[in-house]
Amino acid sequence: MMLAQLLVSGVSTGSLYALLALAMVIVYKTSGVLNFGQGEMAMLSTFVAYALLQSAGWPFLYAFIGALVFAALLGAFLDFVFLRRARNPSVLGLIVITLGIEMVLYGVVGWKWGAEQKEFPFPVSDTELIRLGSVVVSHLNLVTVGTATVVMLGLYLFFRHTRLGIAMKATQQNPLGARINGIPTRNVLSFAWALSSVVGATAGMLLAPSATLDPNLMLDPLLKAFASAVLGGMTSLVGAVVGGYALGVVENLVGGYVSLDLRSVVAFVVIVVALCLRPSGLLARHYVRKV
Amino acid sequence: MENDHYGDIRLLGSRWDWLWCLTLLLGLLVLPWLAPNYHLYVANCMAINVIVAVGLNVLVGYTGQISLGHAGFFAIGSYGTVVLMVQWGTPFFVALPCAAAAAAAAGCLLAIPALRLEGPYLAIATLAFGLTVTQLIGRWGFLGGHMGLKAPVLTLFGWQFSGDRPLYYVVVLIAVALTVAARNLMKTRVGRALTAIRESHVAAGAMGVDLARYKTLAFAVSAFYAGVGGGLMAFVLGYINPSAFSLILSIQFLAMVVIGGLGCVWGSVMGAVLFTFLNLKLEAVGQLPFAGPLLESFSRRWMTVGGLSNVTSIVFGLILIGIMVFEPQGLHGLWLRVKSRLHLGAPWRSSPGGA
Repeated sequence: MMLAQLLVSGVSTGSLYALLALAMVIVYKTSGVLNFGQGEMAMLSTFVAYALLQSAGWPFLYAFIGALVFAALLGAFLDFVFLRRARNPSVLGLIVITLGIEMVLYGVVGWKWGAEQKEFPFPVSDTELIRLGSVVVSHLNLVTVGTATVVMLGLYLFFRHTRLGIAMKATQQNPLGARINGIPTRNVLSFAWALSSVVGATAGMLLAPSATLDPNLMLDPLLKAFASAVLGGMTSLVGAVVGGYALGVVENLVGGYVSLDLRSVVAFVVIVVALCLRPSGLLARHYVRKV
Repeated sequence: MENDHYGDIRLLGSRWDWLWCLTLLLGLLVLPWLAPNYHLYVANCMAINVIVAVGLNVLVGYTGQISLGHAGFFAIGSYGTVVLMVQWGTPFFVALPCAAAAAAAAGCLLAIPALRLEGPYLAIATLAFGLTVTQLIGRWGFLGGHMGLKAPVLTLFGWQFSGDRPLYYVVVLIAVALTVAARNLMKTRVGRALTAIRESHVAAGAMGVDLARYKTLAFAVSAFYAGVGGGLMAFVLGYINPSAFSLILSIQFLAMVVIGGLGCVWGSVMGAVLFTFLNLKLEAVGQLPFAGPLLESFSRRWMTVGGLSNVTSIVFGLILIGIMVFEPQGLHGLWLRVKSRLHLGAPWRSSPGGA
């Protein structure tokens, strides 16, 4: 059963795309900033986990949590130091700032750890397999899908049922109104950056064991995350998840049935087709721009 | 300063402008006799970056459409020229325009989705375009795959242009011509239409600007410039491979335009020259006086010495952020500020702030 196998591996890659897309959408939704530094933020956090494991010799769970804490601080720091300083920025200005962040982080990692590829020590194996009927799943795939599901459920509950989550939604819908109602919108934005950075770092650490750890780790996944987020309409969390899974599956099917060479083009085609046919995404309501 | 239409489209306004331009052209002409070979290689790189930056500025600075995929057009121009010359034996003066036209055609194609997009969406679509072109090139054995292709010797009307010195004349001549052309284009009806689209595409449409046509035109012109730049780069480097046309390159092109100042042709020229210079200096940061040894001992203690050249990326990232935070108009904005402070020439004319 080639089809079932492709679908299952598609879901596994798709859950990584979905996590990165979620990270992207959290920031885009609350602050309207499309974060091109997202990938490098996740990459740096993964390298911090690597350093904690290798140099400091922490056990994996502690290193994992340590890297997540670092990611949260990094996200809040970047928002506080760079994004807030821009007075009345244009869309292009914001994009350029996040590109600047991308370059700085890329440079920092390259300087600190060099360009050679490293092995990310992950307690779950990539090669031990489980057979489910005719379908083969690696332990890593199961852990990836499981972690992604937990993070998604957590985010869903957070946005539904906590004061902070609701404050974030309010900030996104009407910043001025939210401020009048006593929501410290600037801090909420910093929190959104921290949260998004944590989600991205989770994806980075799940991705690293099956790829090799070097500064280019996130270049390709970032494009996939953009494609997933666009597919979901950029502003819908559920959309980003659906988009991520859809892209992962489609990509794997194309790779399996058509040609491996075309696999890399799928994301681009998905972006263009989605933007042409349904710019507001699969799920989101149509957005109206005020002039 | 009152400007009428004819004053606006005139290339050289005052006697001072004449003098400046003559000095500049003379300097460009004399340079090959004075400078050592390596400096000419640097000058060639600068001139090529000037071409691409000026073209990108037409799209980003004047029309307000962002592009993160110019490395893709650059690659099309590069590979197009080399393949046309090597595999079909086309002469250079046909191959380069054809390759650039192919890039422009790709620009038109990309403009089709771009017409409906703006801001972040456009950035994503163009980014995806650039990455896809690079990946496809790497997979085609026809184009040398990951190993790349060797550029032929540039032959023009029986003359061979090999080495940095002869190439310098070709590259700089084309760069000057294209810069002047862009500057003139922006002063015409087309340029005003593009600027109107940047300021407000709704208002521009209401005033009768054909949005689809002019946006496509901006993409095509911009891609054409990138294609020419790419074609020339193949000869300057002597060898092309897909990893040279990465996302980083697209960001670097954008950085040149942003550093120089959006919506100003001379700004792009300055931005490209400055960027190329800084880039070369920073790649070899260990050899700088004072800072070099200091950074080296710092990286031995805390970082890796092998990764020292990554300082380039950090510095440019900080420059990009700094420009957007403090002076979104880049060098051009700084110049305007200095001018108004010193009461030189025209009083402060408020310039539009990007897209």
